[in-house]
Amino acid sequence: MAKIIVVTSGKGGVGKTTSSAAISTGLALRGFKTVVIDFDVGLRNLDLVMGCERRVVYDLINVVNGESSLRQSLIKDKRTENLYILPASQTRDKDALTKEGVERVINELRNDFDYIVCDSPAGIEKGAMMALYFSDIAIVVTNPEISSVRDSDRILGILSSKSRRAEQGMDGVVEHLLLTRYSPERVVRGDMLSVEDVKEVLAIPLLGVIPESPAVLRASNSGEPVILDAPSDAGQAYADAVSRLLGETVPFRFIKPQKKGIFRRLFGKAEETTV
Amino acid sequence: MTLVDFLEKLLARSRKGHNTAKLAKERLQIIVSHERKQSSPDFLPLLQQELINVIAKYVKIDKDQVKVELERSGDCSILELNVTLPSSKMEMENTA
Ligand SMILES: Nc1ncnc2c1ncn2[C@@H]1O[C@H](COP(=O)(O)OP(=O)(O)OP(=O)(O)O)[C@@H](O)[C@H]1O
Ligand SMILES: [Mg+2]
Repeated sequence: MAKIIVVTSGKGGVGKTTSSAAISTGLALRGFKTVVIDFDVGLRNLDLVMGCERRVVYDLINVVNGESSLRQSLIKDKRTENLYILPASQTRDKDALTKEGVERVINELRNDFDYIVCDSPAGIEKGAMMALYFSDIAIVVTNPEISSVRDSDRILGILSSKSRRAEQGMDGVVEHLLLTRYSPERVVRGDMLSVEDVKEVLAIPLLGVIPESPAVLRASNSGEPVILDAPSDAGQAYADAVSRLLGETVPFRFIKPQKKGIFRRLFGKAEETTV
Repeated sequence: MTLVDFLEKLLARSRKGHNTAKLAKERLQIIVSHERKQSSPDFLPLLQQELINVIAKYVKIDKDQVKVELERSGDCSILELNVTLPSSKMEMENTA
């Protein structure tokens, strides 16, 4: 029986699609049969980030409406074994998604997969509600920025009151914080909320910290999830997050400044010798 | 924090004048706790009305003197009921 993961945030443009692509690829690399579903109806983008945009024939709405079978509609990833993509419709509106329809698709996928990763659209309307409703696990993608943190808190409230698990009185959705676009240098300067600040406000466990990185844009330019850029900082940070998702304990990296400030440059040598 | 860290921070602060991240965190904590209270269950207004009715049977109170609030903290919620009773002197006059 598959575990259902929603990648959500409330606020737009914080890195949900980037994270959905990286984490689903990471789970598949670890040997789990994984499908990633784009719920952003009308604004399909996951296909580009995964590099399969030219292979899209059918989409989620076609499957929901019974116009195509799942088997016809799932795109098998060319690079990564065990990985499948179900794109969003580019032509319909988000009202085309119904709870019953989505439930049917998810139930059909459940028996065949280990993980179903749902890439949520921004906002708290139909598409976002459908993406989170059936989830067992929520990855709340947050930027270290005031409006993103506030929106994440709203989403946490919705998860604990409007999800299927909440409505049916089951154990709650397991919540994880994924802090993305983090700049340790700016945190030290006092210009950016720190990991600790965000953790304290949202009060949920930290799954990972993804640094602001040029590797992310390079990855989406070439249609390869950034986790496949294994030497890159963002790639490593996503790999760490996947390990934590699988229950492993991994130290956090990329949360301290790399660049040396004036005092560190002056005293760097002395410090190194004393350490 | 090492001495070097401390000096870097001090320099950063004097450069910028103040730490805006700290301000952001304080504002967040206030707005988030406020919004968590607002997203309280639907029955709260009704509960408040019924509580007022029950209390009014025994003491003459002003509607505005009853406050019901729900505070979420971690796994549990605390329902807080605040009733300001009129001073006993006034109460005597009322019952007389
Ligand atoms: N760690 C990062 N470093 C640098 N750029 C990033 C990082 N994460 C995301 N981005 C960039 O931010 C932009 C938005 O990312 P993405 O599309 O993943 O966000 P989203 O939350 O899915 O957006 P939407 O709400 O529109 O669906 C993209 O241009 C992406 O390249
Ligand atoms: Mg997206």
